[in-house]
Amino acid sequence: MWYYIARRILYAIPILLGVNILTFVLFFVVNTPDEIASIHLGSKHVTKQQIADWKQAHGYALPLFYNAEKSSITQTIFWQKSIKLFLFDFGVADNGRDISQAITERYAPSLAIAIPALVFGLLINIIVAMGMAFFRGTYLDAWGVVLCVILMSISMLFYIVGGQFLVARILKWVPVSGYADGMIGIKFIILPVMVSVIGGIGSGARWYRSFFLEEINKDYVRTARAKGLSEASILFKHVLRNALIPILTGVVVLLPLLFMGSLLTESFFAIPGLGSYTIDAIRSQDFAIVRAMVFLGSILYILGLLLTDITYIMADPRIELN
Amino acid sequence: MIILWTDALILLLLFILIWMLVQAARRPYLRQQWQKTYAHPTRKLALIILLCYASIGLLDSIHYKQHNSNNVVSVLDYLLTPIANSVETSYSAQFAQHLFTKQLRKDQDGNISWFAPKLKSPDHVFGTDKVGIDVLYASIKSIRTGLIIGLLTTFISLPFAIFFGAIAGYYRGWVDDLIQYLYTTLSSVPGVLLIAAAILTVDAVVQRHQAIFELMAQRTDMRLLILCSVLGLTSWTSLCRILRGETLKLREQEFVLASKVLGTNNLQIIYKHIVPNLFNIILISIVLDFSGLVLAEAVLSYVGVGVDPAMFSWGNMINSARLEMGREPVIWWSLTGAFVLMFTLVLAANIFADGVRDAFDPKVV
Repeated sequence: MWYYIARRILYAIPILLGVNILTFVLFFVVNTPDEIASIHLGSKHVTKQQIADWKQAHGYALPLFYNAEKSSITQTIFWQKSIKLFLFDFGVADNGRDISQAITERYAPSLAIAIPALVFGLLINIIVAMGMAFFRGTYLDAWGVVLCVILMSISMLFYIVGGQFLVARILKWVPVSGYADGMIGIKFIILPVMVSVIGGIGSGARWYRSFFLEEINKDYVRTARAKGLSEASILFKHVLRNALIPILTGVVVLLPLLFMGSLLTESFFAIPGLGSYTIDAIRSQDFAIVRAMVFLGSILYILGLLLTDITYIMADPRIELN
Repeated sequence: MIILWTDALILLLLFILIWMLVQAARRPYLRQQWQKTYAHPTRKLALIILLCYASIGLLDSIHYKQHNSNNVVSVLDYLLTPIANSVETSYSAQFAQHLFTKQLRKDQDGNISWFAPKLKSPDHVFGTDKVGIDVLYASIKSIRTGLIIGLLTTFISLPFAIFFGAIAGYYRGWVDDLIQYLYTTLSSVPGVLLIAAAILTVDAVVQRHQAIFELMAQRTDMRLLILCSVLGLTSWTSLCRILRGETLKLREQEFVLASKVLGTNNLQIIYKHIVPNLFNIILISIVLDFSGLVLAEAVLSYVGVGVDPAMFSWGNMINSARLEMGREPVIWWSLTGAFVLMFTLVLAANIFADGVRDAFDPKVV
């Protein structure tokens, strides 16, 4: 098994290199550093000297791939800005701040929203899905599915705007937006978590229901029924355990990405996490931050895939490694 | 008559669709499957709603230049002239007779008082927005944007998914390794970030070459096409993976072996025997992706990498309505138009997609 994991990690290296080259081409070959500089310096009456100064200050005053003057490949933009991402050296943003420091400051608020949202969302989706599977074939199940389709047809933006309007403005139960550390912060967390849980019920519960229905038609369930077990104990003791395998492995791939936070929720609720950091960078065209986030996101996604494989192996001993 | 890029592609798509319908009508088994798709009354209703949206989108895709001006308008604008031209100065509530925002007035005696001016054309169904445009008109104009994002994106991504998926599964070996590497790399970048990065860079290029666009409609149209292409180029990976797996299964079937023995060359086997057998999966993925893409448009516009801010789209409407929800007194009607029309489209698409999946997916019994 360790051999398998080691091989998977080695396989991740060319993929990350590919992502690295892809983002490099996107950011530096399509738009040359001169053009990046003129975007940030804004006005049309910008002198050549100003552009050169800006490039010097942000470390873009280098050739792209090969430095002929010093005949080295380390004194290039590709090495300094792109390869160094592998060492988690994200450098400075185009606004002059250190990116690594921003990440260490901002991941905690992201997790404070993302983890409760995931846990409660998972619990509620499983409960609703199991309820529909228990009452399968009845009007309750049919209307449940209809409700799910209706819920998943509403844009997440409406859930957020509607939630803020109803809970924070009309009922005044919690503040509209904001964030604070520690126990006082709970009142800020409740609404974003609630909104993301409700927004996810439609697609989540309907998806999980299909897992339950698939298990319910299997032979071992018929055996359990023939044994005289009640429908409830079949559902809780046998079906639930087996249906949890695809559900949990589906969740594992998301775990590392929780670190990145959610773009929409964080920006609407003014939470100082990595999601709002990314969205601010996109809006201010800060290419350095977007590049760092793309690379970080890819690392976390590949980590998630690796974790998924490992959980599969642990959950189902029949799987063979090759 | 002016043909924008997306207009041309929409027309092309329409011809392909009609051709496919003719093909389907000629084959009894396909006809049966399509009849099964809309057998249920709800699904029939969903199909009718989708057809209504499609015809509005089509009418909005025939553009011409207005007389004596540089404005590009569509046939839909002409049909909607009463609400398109009834532009007020600012907000007004639904079915209101007066403007929502009050103005200062000085009467003959010099007394200053607040009053709400009368509307030029009262009774806007969903009210008017900040610059006085009828919300219903804006929401109807957004239909075309939503449909184009939902359809053109898949249309652009399909050739990649089918070609790479079939080639990788059929030839295996290094071709398979290379294509697998390609789509694993692309799909390991989180979706929104890759789209944002690509749009940011392409946008900067367009900004530099703004001079080539004579009309504003051409510029916003180009941005829409770029958005569709970027979405398409980043989203072919998941379908490609499924098609590759299916091709791996198909290539071991007897009918493939038979045509190999008969001396058919590989490309012809892929074209004649493999791709037609992938059709069910492709169709299901088109209809399943559609509603997701319409929803994604709104999110991307909010993030700032969606369609041009000057274009009518539900994402832009929600984006501007967000600040109005924080006002006191609250202005909520500008959201209702986008909500009602978007929700109806996505719901109809979801219901129709379920029908297609039930009829065409061999796994569902």
